[in-house]
Amino acid sequence: MSERMILPIGPQHPLLKEPTHFKFTLEGEKIVDADIRLGYNHRGIEKACEERTYLQDLYMVERICGICSFVHSTNFAQATEDILKVEIPQRAKYLRVIVGELERIHSHLLWLGVAGHEIGFDTLFMLSWRDREIVQDLLEIITGNRVNYSFNTIGGVRKDLSKEEIDQTIKGLKVLEEQTKYFADVATKETTFIGRVAGVGYLPKEVALSHCAVGPTARGSGVDIDVRRDLPYAAYGEIPFNVITSDRGDVLGRTIVRVGETLEAINIVRYAIEHLPSGPITAKVPRKVQPGEAFSRYEAPRGEAVLYARANGTEKPDRIKVRAPTLANLASVRHTLLNQTVADIPIIVAAIDPCLSCTDRTSVILKQDGSPKTEEIDWAELRKRSLISKPLK
Amino acid sequence: MMRPGAIWRELVKNLLRKPVTVLYPAERMAIPYAVRGKPVFEPSTCIGCMMCVRDCPSEAVKIEKLAEKTFACTFYLDRCIYCGQCAESCPRKSITMTHDYELACIDKSVLKEYKKGAPQQPK
Repeated sequence: MSERMILPIGPQHPLLKEPTHFKFTLEGEKIVDADIRLGYNHRGIEKACEERTYLQDLYMVERICGICSFVHSTNFAQATEDILKVEIPQRAKYLRVIVGELERIHSHLLWLGVAGHEIGFDTLFMLSWRDREIVQDLLEIITGNRVNYSFNTIGGVRKDLSKEEIDQTIKGLKVLEEQTKYFADVATKETTFIGRVAGVGYLPKEVALSHCAVGPTARGSGVDIDVRRDLPYAAYGEIPFNVITSDRGDVLGRTIVRVGETLEAINIVRYAIEHLPSGPITAKVPRKVQPGEAFSRYEAPRGEAVLYARANGTEKPDRIKVRAPTLANLASVRHTLLNQTVADIPIIVAAIDPCLSCTDRTSVILKQDGSPKTEEIDWAELRKRSLISKPLK
Repeated sequence: MMRPGAIWRELVKNLLRKPVTVLYPAERMAIPYAVRGKPVFEPSTCIGCMMCVRDCPSEAVKIEKLAEKTFACTFYLDRCIYCGQCAESCPRKSITMTHDYELACIDKSVLKEYKKGAPQQPK
């Protein structure tokens, strides 16, 4: 048996786009154990939400993630509407679906580029990011921003879709569909790509289930789950679509799922535009939210995102809790890394499409002996340490 | 079925393509209508209800009462996230979002915009 070595990666490392720490135990080139440590990017968003009104929080939660920002703002709006017992207009539901699915297209194309880059296939990276510009432009046309759309409001959406915008969207979708079909072709036929990802990062179905994997990571291992179908929110209950799964379980399986989902998302947007009901886009909601609690689920591009909100009858929420999909998927990463080689680390970690700043909602620091490092601080001290309690100049 | 070089078609196509970038600032790309740029304050219609101040997520707007029915507004454009909530919350539409997005500057103090209103004329 060869000697074991520990390879630390991160928090700052060229492999990682965001700060996190990995500790790999190696036996030669083979990974025999992996440890992931989070908490380098904790921003205290949940606490900050308690200091702001519901309307301000909508923009705050939108900034949890830079890529799937619409996920969190819709989740927050849905939870608040649930507490208020407000039914949003049908048109607003469809508009939420349109923007949500366009965001899924943009996120999956971004992931395809990143995956291509991680395996040294930069041509794919350049091409998929070039085509991602089309969907980014569509989002800018519809919402006014490329990211952090500020499209939602409590009780509906803020902006209606005009005739010209619909025409531009349909035109853009045509190009996108053609390109995505081409990428599907590349992902399933190109020898360079398949040779690099097939059999890498294998996650069996039982492990995906026991480790609570969500989204394309789970569906790539043959677990048939999708919140859009299982617990429809917005207008998903009225829109026909297929849930893409793959039984491969490796990185190639996850790629097939994501590319297939992109094509499916294009069809959903097209269906939603064709069946867009007329009417108002916002329901009137009070500023103060009655006491109550709600739990909202949303199928983000990376998997199921959940948000819990508790109201206490004032203008500000009592508690907000967000579970981003990456947190659910990180547990399965360790399993996929075992018995792989060091050179496979980038693509295996990238295969879950990690978004670590979304994940860092809370952090518990363990001491060297494994016991949690705890410190009791009172409310006044916590307030003193927080940045937002100080008035801005 | 595996096929080597499935990506070649796109590579050849790109050799004959026009560049997608433009020579900024000599040329500019068209901005979609929905884009939210610098917010602008119109003092003559402001009633001082402070809804914009209450709803701003980044505390980037300040309204001061100078005299009866005369208000001054300060936008902290460095803090502004250009969400347009102030424009939406305003019951008199005194704040509007423009298409002016070229706000890059070296001195941050330039980004503080103050606009004072003249006393409103009785109708």
